[in-house]
Amino acid sequence: MRASSALKQLLVAIVVTAAIWGLGWVLEDNINAYIVRVIVNCGIAIILALSLNLVNGCAGQFSLGHAGFMGVGAYISAILTTVYGGPFFQSPLGVGLAILSGGLCAAAAGYLVGLPSLRLKGDYLAIVTLGFGEIIRIVFLNIDAVGGPRGLPGIPRFSSFFWVYLCAAITLVVLKRLSESSYGRAILSVREDEVAAEAMGINVAHYKVVAFVISSFFAGVAGALFAHYQGFIDPQSFNFNRSVDVVIMVVIGGMGSLTGAVLGGIIVTLMPELLRVFEQYRMVIFPLILIVVMLVRPMGIMGYRELWHFDWFKKIFNRKKRVAAEA
Amino acid sequence: MQEFLQNLVNGLAQGSVYALVALGYTMVYGVLQFINFAHSDIFMLGAFAGVYLAMWLGTSLPAPVAAVVVTLGAMLFCTAIALLTERIAYRPLRKAPRLNVLITAIGVSLLLQNLGQVVFGSDPRVFPPLIPTYSLFGTEGIVINNIQVLVITVAGLLMAALHFIVHHTKMGIAMRAVSYDIQVASLMGIPSDRIIMFTFIIGSALAGSASILYGLSYPKIEPLLGVMIGLKAFVAAVFGGIGNIMGAAIGGIIIGLAESFVVFYVSSSYRDAIAFAILILVLLFKPAGLFGTLRREKV
Repeated sequence: MRASSALKQLLVAIVVTAAIWGLGWVLEDNINAYIVRVIVNCGIAIILALSLNLVNGCAGQFSLGHAGFMGVGAYISAILTTVYGGPFFQSPLGVGLAILSGGLCAAAAGYLVGLPSLRLKGDYLAIVTLGFGEIIRIVFLNIDAVGGPRGLPGIPRFSSFFWVYLCAAITLVVLKRLSESSYGRAILSVREDEVAAEAMGINVAHYKVVAFVISSFFAGVAGALFAHYQGFIDPQSFNFNRSVDVVIMVVIGGMGSLTGAVLGGIIVTLMPELLRVFEQYRMVIFPLILIVVMLVRPMGIMGYRELWHFDWFKKIFNRKKRVAAEA
Repeated sequence: MQEFLQNLVNGLAQGSVYALVALGYTMVYGVLQFINFAHSDIFMLGAFAGVYLAMWLGTSLPAPVAAVVVTLGAMLFCTAIALLTERIAYRPLRKAPRLNVLITAIGVSLLLQNLGQVVFGSDPRVFPPLIPTYSLFGTEGIVINNIQVLVITVAGLLMAALHFIVHHTKMGIAMRAVSYDIQVASLMGIPSDRIIMFTFIIGSALAGSASILYGLSYPKIEPLLGVMIGLKAFVAAVFGGIGNIMGAAIGGIIIGLAESFVVFYVSSSYRDAIAFAILILVLLFKPAGLFGTLRREKV
């Protein structure tokens, strides 16, 4: 029974991977490059929003420095492939390794930021993460080997629709599994009530750091993908506004909801593009929409719910299971 | 020694501006427990109001009178915008989760920034020299000019006035009561909505005056001007213990001094990092800031 379920999961994984690959192949050949670019940016935003959702939505710790972790991932991976880039780092395996190291270094940075969060709460934590994010940016601004304020050009463009969406899918699956595991439940309990969680024997500090590390890892991966998609990064790409964008994605989608984060990532990336018809007023309309959403629907689009909690979704996708169970 | 004194004066002048802006953050935080991100953009709007008002006045008034009129005008304009945002964006969210209010504040901030770029254009503007700069002390070595003295004096006077209002007037007592516990204050017959409006009025008026002082010392004004100054002022407020008025003033001055020394002794490119570095160090040892009190959660 267990072997067959593992086999089934492997099969699903292969089918999804193939589907993403096929879709990417079709899209990149047949659709306007601008639209493909927007779609890929959506994918990167999805990874960012999903990862921040773990800290902001699930653990209830308000972080305003997500762009910093993204920057660490982007710079570390770009340094590996561009500055030190031997032939190994030009091969797919090397690039994968560079992206992974970007994520791991971001995770290490997340550990460093997570530690003070043992002592800080609410807005104090928010401002410390903001500070860390800005410090990371300013440090890159001052390292001349990576271009300083001029930025780092000539990064090989290895990311594509396939890699970005594969990583997004992996992020979604990992975070869904995590949120359904005992670890995820513990992280949720920290959000609900720290004192009560502590009384139930949950090491609150430990789970906060875990949430920070996992979240920063994925942010780092998103940054690495971003760097290898744009082909150019500068410290300005990872400023406070980028962090704010990610927070907006999570809040618009619905804090603590994975599908909400996905939706938020897509909406926040698409909105400025769709609003291009308003020309210079588009950046005025976007915050207006944000304010209206907050006033009208404070819990975000999805609230705490997930796509698979809706009745209509269950009806479509669980029919087979029910038929099998009835037979 | 000369350099040290020079940096002390520069830092004090810069820090006074941060302190005035930080007071607005800390007061709103005190009564409503949320970071009013739009405060930095109110500051920016004040500077632009100053530019336009000064242009409109031209040379019709003698310089000191013009400076006073421009300052008052900027303060009035900031107050009007702050009251408008409070009424439209923040008041409907009085009972919403704090994060929603925070996101709304970020939304208002982005709105003002982007609106500023559309209306004023994104190119930097020159702030008119309302008061001609001249050296009060020395021409070589240590130089103190009239603007610096003016900035420090005006900021000091405003802070003293604020201290008087908060501690010696009925309004101030009501403000402190609301910030201590808004519900109990309402039960005692304090009109909390009016007190909150009053807090916004004072905070934004201070930001308006700070924007003119800033414009006089750094005559380059642009729509994104508020972002960095706002962040640092906010850091100053947290650093001093957010919600604590004296803490914000002292925090602002310390950050101004630290910046000026870092620019001189280390490197100007680390100027923006030092405020955050100090903040993180302080919060590691005093999690509620220098003068803040940590409320222990009890069940």
